[in-house]
Amino acid sequence: MERLRFILPALVGAFACAIAGPAPGTESPDYESERRALLREIERDVRDTARYINRRSLDERVMSAMMAVPRHEFVRPEDRGRAYQNSPLPIGHGQTISQPYIVAVMTDLAVPAPGCRALEVGTGSGYQAAVLAELCEEVYTLEIIEPLGEQARERLARLGYDNVTVRIGDGYYGWEEHAPFDVILVTAVASHVPPPLLRQLRPGGRMVLPVGGRFTTQQLVLVEKRPDGKVTTRQLLPVAFVPLTGGHD
Amino acid sequence: MTDGRERPPLWSVALVSSAALAAEILLTRLFALVHWYHFAYMIISLALLGYGASGTFLAITQRRLLVRFRVAYLANLGGFAVLVIACPILARSLPFQAEQLLWDPWQPLWLALLFLVLSLPFFCTANAIGLALTAFRDRAGRTYAADLVGAGLGAVGVLGLLYALWPEDILRVVAGTGLLAVWVGAVELGVRSRFLPLLVALGLAALAGIPREALRLEPGPYKDLSQALQVAGTRVLLERSSPLGRVTVIESPQVPLRYAPGLSLNSTSEPPAQLGVFTDGEAMRAITAASDDPGRLAFLSGTTSALPYRLARPRDVLVPEAGGGMEILRALTQGAAEVDALELDPEVARLLTADFRDFTGNLAGRPGVSLHLAEARGFLAATDRRYDLIQLAPAGGPRGGLGGIGEDYVHTVEAFRLYLGHLAPGGFLSLTQSVQVPPRDGLKGVATAVAALESDGVVDPGSRLVMIRGWQTSTLLLKNGAVTPAEVERLREFCDELSFDLVWYPGMTRGEANVHNQLPGPWYYDALSSLLGPERGAFIAAYDFDIRPATDARPYFANFFRWKTLSAALAARERGGMALLEGGYLLLVATLLIAVAAGAVLILLPLGLFVPLRGVPRGRRWRVFAYFTAIGLAFLFVEIVFLHRLTLLVHHPTVALALVLATFLLAAGAGSAWAGRTDPGRSGRTLAAAAAAILLLGSAYALGLDALLPGAAAWPVPARAAVAAALLAPLAFFMGMPFPLALRELDEPLVPWAWGINGCASVVSAIIATLLAVDLGFDAVLWIALGIYALVPAVFPGRSERPVRGDAGRRINAAC
Repeated sequence: MERLRFILPALVGAFACAIAGPAPGTESPDYESERRALLREIERDVRDTARYINRRSLDERVMSAMMAVPRHEFVRPEDRGRAYQNSPLPIGHGQTISQPYIVAVMTDLAVPAPGCRALEVGTGSGYQAAVLAELCEEVYTLEIIEPLGEQARERLARLGYDNVTVRIGDGYYGWEEHAPFDVILVTAVASHVPPPLLRQLRPGGRMVLPVGGRFTTQQLVLVEKRPDGKVTTRQLLPVAFVPLTGGHD
Repeated sequence: MTDGRERPPLWSVALVSSAALAAEILLTRLFALVHWYHFAYMIISLALLGYGASGTFLAITQRRLLVRFRVAYLANLGGFAVLVIACPILARSLPFQAEQLLWDPWQPLWLALLFLVLSLPFFCTANAIGLALTAFRDRAGRTYAADLVGAGLGAVGVLGLLYALWPEDILRVVAGTGLLAVWVGAVELGVRSRFLPLLVALGLAALAGIPREALRLEPGPYKDLSQALQVAGTRVLLERSSPLGRVTVIESPQVPLRYAPGLSLNSTSEPPAQLGVFTDGEAMRAITAASDDPGRLAFLSGTTSALPYRLARPRDVLVPEAGGGMEILRALTQGAAEVDALELDPEVARLLTADFRDFTGNLAGRPGVSLHLAEARGFLAATDRRYDLIQLAPAGGPRGGLGGIGEDYVHTVEAFRLYLGHLAPGGFLSLTQSVQVPPRDGLKGVATAVAALESDGVVDPGSRLVMIRGWQTSTLLLKNGAVTPAEVERLREFCDELSFDLVWYPGMTRGEANVHNQLPGPWYYDALSSLLGPERGAFIAAYDFDIRPATDARPYFANFFRWKTLSAALAARERGGMALLEGGYLLLVATLLIAVAAGAVLILLPLGLFVPLRGVPRGRRWRVFAYFTAIGLAFLFVEIVFLHRLTLLVHHPTVALALVLATFLLAAGAGSAWAGRTDPGRSGRTLAAAAAAILLLGSAYALGLDALLPGAAAWPVPARAAVAAALLAPLAFFMGMPFPLALRELDEPLVPWAWGINGCASVVSAIIATLLAVDLGFDAVLWIALGIYALVPAVFPGRSERPVRGDAGRRINAAC
């Protein structure tokens, strides 16, 4: 029993320390250098996955946009210490802010040209819209969950993204009055691609859909509308991993 | 206390034992709702952890507790009653989210805490029963019988209650049973207190008064239902509960659901009004409104799963999982005359036949449509009917990398053979699945189909297969006969029209693949060429995911985990590769690690501190360790194997669970009691005889059960259940003997160790059995268990030559 008197408090103490640990959100607030480090990580990852995403590096403009957007402003206060980790984070309402690497690759796949007009279905935190806003003339973004849409609208306005318009509502019919769009990102895909969205994609335009779980992206689907209006898709694995396929390659 | 005048508190033991087993089953249900069904294994483990930790606790404290037996016994009964309702509420407040386990370093800690919190009620129950057994050691057999009978009744009772009450209300019943046990125990033990009945009455009143909302466990925030309810205007129309899950129906008038998975990008059709149906908050299916406008139902012909209707004009169609009725509707709109639809869950079936009958235009009652409450294999085994099309539902249930560790007997080689045997000449078996990148589901479907065709003697399976894919779904068709050139022509037209890709048809060339929905290469075509060629075995062995054909012995169609891929997937975790991690399997591994740590810290560490083994020879220590580990592992291995094998025999998971638990509890308990009456001088021989009987019966079942299954499948459920119980009881009887036979040979310091070691082995064995089954199959798990039983006599501890010191050993011996 004597031994217990000494050992149990030690165990409880160790457990309490493990639970307490360094509290998230209390890390260094030098966000700019963290963002720079994150971008270096993304560049390295892109080189590793070059064969699978058909590019050795991302467009410099995309990387500049990623550098310009303060991701820590788009996460919950308690997650700011992890804002520049290359991982998804919860933002409430069962939604997540995507992994920065995926955001970068998706934006690059969409190839936003200067002066372009973009539509995003699924605003979430507004982070992807902010990245697009660095590259496009006009960004229209639709969010179905009202509190999220309100938060994103306020956040984007506060950060000075005047070229982003947030609307709360059904994304199925797109945004007819601002169509056609050069770029459409569907980050909240339903069970299928809504036909109205395809109609609102300008010939020669691109639509990108991340497909997978809430925190994970299994594939990126790139929908291309050729000048003749015909639609093809490319299914891209955003990671350097290819299963054996029988030695035919 | 044990002077013969007082009697053991049998009724209260039976009550608390039944409540504890009910709580165990209930928690698996509640956690399937909040998180995932994978937690069933965790609940089994944590319940056993509570029992194991209690063994250690009693070994250390029983001298003091027995002095105040009545108080200690009643306090533990009361503790169970309070904790069984408080702990799930407390667990709800822990920020554990299974989805975040893959990347959030805090989540394993929350999981471990959840594990410990939920084991507390079981710790109290085990304390109460252990104290009763020890205090009335002369009549331990009767107490033990009360414990087992109570547990058996609890298993059956809770499954019955799950049909009648909400799980939250059953939690009240369980806690109330615990309180009732306090009162009954007080009466049995002659405790005269004015306050106790008052306290129990107040407790019961408080239980009744707790609002359901306070007890209600909601699906986690990342479940499909929670997501759907975030949308403005979405509301729950109906919610029902059964042992098969909580069924929720929602409507979303402001933002219609528009459920049409796999719809072609070329389709311009928008589905009509729909209602969403969820089971345990996930796996949404849609109930589609009747529409007089054929254009509103055009979406049904714009998906890959419409393919069989374009290749042929199936007249007789079987829909093995009716769900919300979409496949019935598709069959009717495509011209089918007769549709047999099956639904195992009566609550889901009622949606079509009663609740939303008008909404669907009486879909289930239309001429030619028959909705049966049945599971596909049982239904087909009982009929000679043949179909032009059998339209299987996708396998796997929840997605997002967390499916996989759920047994699925609808998508196995044996099941496919049964379906093929019920196809009319020229008929099709159709399987539509999600397209995963890299390919997984689709290839496993092909591997399983090819194995089934070859088992049926088809020399060239490739001549009977057709497969297409969109960006979202793939559809595989197996034909009863060779695919004809005319069908190939219609296949090409269908794919051209809807921009689907050809994956396979007899005579297809590589250049035709990967045109509309381009993967980095023609991965599917290449993989099918390998799966249909002589290099199939090498291809499957080398593939980075587990695409071996699913079989009844290894019924994990939706599991693709391979250890060899883990390091690559982990390395790619932060580089977009998180989806490569098969979370279901890894969650099981995480649970195993937590169970090992918890067992070591809560069971073995206190024993090491308080029950030293000074003076016990090293060889004897190792024999005790090996023996009690072995029987702890082997017992649950066998129990888990039969739980799954009998699911296949009775064709109903709930009935199988109740049957296996009740039979094992009662028969093993009887075996245990009988072992206690055998000649103590011949324990070694008795054990050898029991082990031989286990080997004999187990081997007979391992070799002969498959032969019995097809024959019995057509019998009515009660007959199948009776056969299952009759098969199981003798084996369980003998399996109940090794533990008490060895325990009575041990002296004091080793007895609590034996309990503890056995408890630890039990805590981990259910999880290990499942992990082994995923990799090696249930047959292998059974053979491993039988191998362990074969070796058990070799490490039987035998009687020590040292005299027994003190009476703790005898007390606990008496307890078993």
